Amino acid sequence: MNAPVPNKFIKGQTGEWEIVIGLEVHAQVLSKSKLFSGASTEFGAEPNAQVSFVDAGMPGMLPVINEKCVEQAVRTGLGLKAKINLSSIFDRKNYFYPDLPQGYQISQYKNPIVGEGEVFIDLKDGSSVRVGIERLHLEQDAGKSLHDQNPDSSYVDLNRSGIALMEIVTRPDMRSSEEAAAFLKKLRAIVRYLGTCDGNMDEGSMRADVNVSVRKPGAPLGTRCEIKNVNSMRFVALAVEYEARRQVEIIEGGGAIKQETRLFDSKLNETRSMRSKEEAHDYRYFPDPDLLPLELDVAWVAAIEKTLPELPDEKRARFVAAGLSPYDASVLTAERELADYYEDLAKGVDAKAAANWLNNEVLGRLNRDGLSIADVPVSAAANNAIVAMIAEGAISGKIAKDLLDIVWNEGGDPRALVESRGLRQVTDTGAIDAAIEAVIAANPAKVEEVKAKPKLAAWFVGQVMKQTGGKANPVAVNAALKKRLNLPEEG
Amino acid sequence: MSTAFTLAKARDALKARKISSKELTQSFIAAVEQGRPLNAFVTETPEKALAMAAASDARLAKGEGGALEGLPLAIKDLFCTKGVRTTAGSRILGNFVPPYESTVTQNLWNAGAVMLGKTNMDEFAMGSSNETSAHGPVFNPWRAKNSNANLVPGGSSGGSSCAVAADLCLAATGTDTGGSIRQPAAVTGTVGLKPTYGRCSRWGIVAFASSLDQAGPMTKTVRDAAILLGSMASVDAKDSTSMDVPVPDYEKLLEGGIKGLKVGIPKEYRMDGAPPEIAALWDKGADWLKAQGAEIVEVSLPHTKYALPTYYIVAPAECSSNLARYDGVRFGHRAKSARDITDLYEKSRAEGFGAEVQRRILIGTYVLSAGYYDAYYARAQKLRTLIARDFTEAYRKCDVLLTPATPGPAFAVGDKSDDPVAMYLNDVFTVTVNLAGLPGLAVPAGLTETGLPLGLQLIGKAFDEATVLRAGLAIEQAAGFAHKPANWWRAA
Amino acid sequence: MSVDKDTVRRIAKLARLAVPEENLAPMADALNGIFNWVEMLGEVNVEGVPAMTSVIAQKLKWRPDAVTDGGNADALMANAPEHEGTFFVVPKVVE
Repeated sequence: MNAPVPNKFIKGQTGEWEIVIGLEVHAQVLSKSKLFSGASTEFGAEPNAQVSFVDAGMPGMLPVINEKCVEQAVRTGLGLKAKINLSSIFDRKNYFYPDLPQGYQISQYKNPIVGEGEVFIDLKDGSSVRVGIERLHLEQDAGKSLHDQNPDSSYVDLNRSGIALMEIVTRPDMRSSEEAAAFLKKLRAIVRYLGTCDGNMDEGSMRADVNVSVRKPGAPLGTRCEIKNVNSMRFVALAVEYEARRQVEIIEGGGAIKQETRLFDSKLNETRSMRSKEEAHDYRYFPDPDLLPLELDVAWVAAIEKTLPELPDEKRARFVAAGLSPYDASVLTAERELADYYEDLAKGVDAKAAANWLNNEVLGRLNRDGLSIADVPVSAAANNAIVAMIAEGAISGKIAKDLLDIVWNEGGDPRALVESRGLRQVTDTGAIDAAIEAVIAANPAKVEEVKAKPKLAAWFVGQVMKQTGGKANPVAVNAALKKRLNLPEEG
Repeated sequence: MSTAFTLAKARDALKARKISSKELTQSFIAAVEQGRPLNAFVTETPEKALAMAAASDARLAKGEGGALEGLPLAIKDLFCTKGVRTTAGSRILGNFVPPYESTVTQNLWNAGAVMLGKTNMDEFAMGSSNETSAHGPVFNPWRAKNSNANLVPGGSSGGSSCAVAADLCLAATGTDTGGSIRQPAAVTGTVGLKPTYGRCSRWGIVAFASSLDQAGPMTKTVRDAAILLGSMASVDAKDSTSMDVPVPDYEKLLEGGIKGLKVGIPKEYRMDGAPPEIAALWDKGADWLKAQGAEIVEVSLPHTKYALPTYYIVAPAECSSNLARYDGVRFGHRAKSARDITDLYEKSRAEGFGAEVQRRILIGTYVLSAGYYDAYYARAQKLRTLIARDFTEAYRKCDVLLTPATPGPAFAVGDKSDDPVAMYLNDVFTVTVNLAGLPGLAVPAGLTETGLPLGLQLIGKAFDEATVLRAGLAIEQAAGFAHKPANWWRAA
Repeated sequence: MSVDKDTVRRIAKLARLAVPEENLAPMADALNGIFNWVEMLGEVNVEGVPAMTSVIAQKLKWRPDAVTDGGNADALMANAPEHEGTFFVVPKVVE
């Protein structure tokens, strides 16, 4: 467990409190069909349209495991630098609920497919915190009960029933709402890099149960409350903030924390007790006799390991080594699509210049238009050409931005556009000298001023640039002006 | 036409076009009707049977047809049959009509068999007397000499054993979790085979205890059991526990005799207080096998006495979970006027399940609950390992085991229904086989002094049904069991 | 171990079986009869004995990831005690 960090403490009336957070993240496995049946996993179908007789718990129906789901769990485990258990067991977790057709959920209890691993999270202050992964196991999702369709009844849709989930359980290693949210963000990035979960929190593909307790720094762990099914990073942070305050107030008021399951209400930004879960559970886990132990072959695991992509941490380290700031590297590796885009953009040009261009120009325009990197209208290759042309001196930075706007709105090949629209930077001294003469002739008074105050030369540069339609190379203009007006070299 | 055919004889007569499936089926439909006082069938499907028979006759006329072409069979009501009500002997399934066909029955229809109907059984296959059925008890076609007392047909496959013994079908399917094929076969003078776990697919069979349940044939002769198993067995991708081994031609493998076969006699099966008739029959069986060239060796299965208590932890534990799906939400019985969802569950299940099923659900729930799991369930699964090891050890010395099939003949309806443990003891010789996943065959071997059938059991190595059947054939031939129950029910 | 009325009440609740109050004591007796008999398993030394996880020597079968099932909503509703469109309907559940 991580050591107490004073600046993460929260203040109560009796002094400082440390928040201790552990997460249980349910990540939906990316697969075409369900964990134990051949029904589709696609989101948004008609009620009960994607339900096999197995998923509906019909008499005599039996589960058969989907190899892809096993592979995805192993891939995720490898991505979390975790131990892969070559033998694991599926257990039944027994409880009654209308959206649990069999009366049990097939899960893994004592022998999960993946054991201990770790994730490093990156915080805003540039620090990094290690969060231990306790385990990852495969289990079935439940169906969905709808309570608002009818005043007296609940409606049950089993389309989700039986979809494969990976439950990823952390150690209680997080100490602030920021860390909890950062963990979820990092985990999401990892599974998306791996292609094992789409991380789509709006559709419920990823959701977290947040375990929160508070204690005086250094004291033993306090009693925890579990906040169920929090489905965004922002809500995780808000839920932790609220819950920690609530617990501190109760303890400071002389009360004790009751271990319970709570719900986060995103409208009121508060957590509240879940009445339906108050009854003491006794899940009566036992190995599912319809299934045999899940045995993995060492060579098969090794083959999966060989196909792992470069993960965010490794990519980030490589970007930093290439000259990016740690901050830029973190931003650019947060999403695999963005990192891939950056790498294409940075081919053969200065890494830092490429990152600046992507951050300031491309992401700036995307933000302005409310788009994500997936929707970017200009290819990485086109941006690469623009950045290369700046470096070559073929176009100025100003022209480059105009050029990006043209490609952004109208499309086209940047290099061809530079030629066809005559945007190439003018370095021909004759043309520049002519422009300088024209400006001097038109502004004799300014010439005297600038001789007295050499800093006003910038005004002349601007005028000459205007005269050349922005195409003159500003460095060349500056040099020529200084020579023509006999200005000192410095300044 | 008489219905006293064996499966093999009827098959040969059909192939030779001496009879038609239609005639044969009509005779059985009539026998089923006349047999109603026995309560062997819960659902009769005469129209379906006639349609299937007509299709079989058409195929036979073209010289086509599968291994069971045109042969009328009865199906235990635990097998889901598409479009035909399936109740598992329980009220909780209500009028459940499966939209799918179990793998085993589909295999039978693919082989050309004709379905006469669904047979009565103990509720969810929990029982040894067929008295726990929601459809009422089944009566054994056999009665003791000079007695009109109704006897049980054994259980849980009591409807099937009764139907076979009374010639209401050529053969029937059963399922066996602790003895539910072999015990009813033994007390009705019929043959019952529980194959190796994983030999027949469990897909589409209403589950009782998943790690023990296995479907098998219930027939008039050992040859018939070999024929029927050949069609029931398959490798099924839909059942994770279906074993990936090809199905041999069991009938062909009946040939060859038993010369040199090593037959083990497990000494622990000589139980104190067992009726002398049982021990005498067992000795006789060993002599019969010896006379045909087998070598008799004594072996030890030291954990035998722990088998039944182990079973009564493992089976209820699995059943408590398997039966959770009967909750009144998606199919089956739903209690009226439930206050809320919990009330709906509790009432539907209390109304839908009978007393024995409720008792086992409670036992299973208890042994899996927090604090008791290790003492009961985990310990029982370890005992199971020891019981299976006993067999592995014994099979170093022998090829097949010979034991009694039951501790006694059929008993009277109502005799043991008040004492669960006394009832459970009916399975004392059969249950070890389920715990170890092995094949076991009950063969009729003689009559008690009171004129009731008794059987012997042969237990084989995993997936060695062929040897079990060959040894069973040797017993059958030596015993020359040709007795039939008096046909009292037609007059009833 | 002996099962009392409260234990029967508790496990009946877990098993979602309505057991009338007057049946709790007789059920406790019946269960005790069975548990007393089962107690004999305690005699056996099971130290170091692995619990059985599979009775046959078979590796768990895996199936390929393909959509081969579903589209059964009408067949599912055909056996449903209550349904609305293709939803199953149950008494209101309070969360």
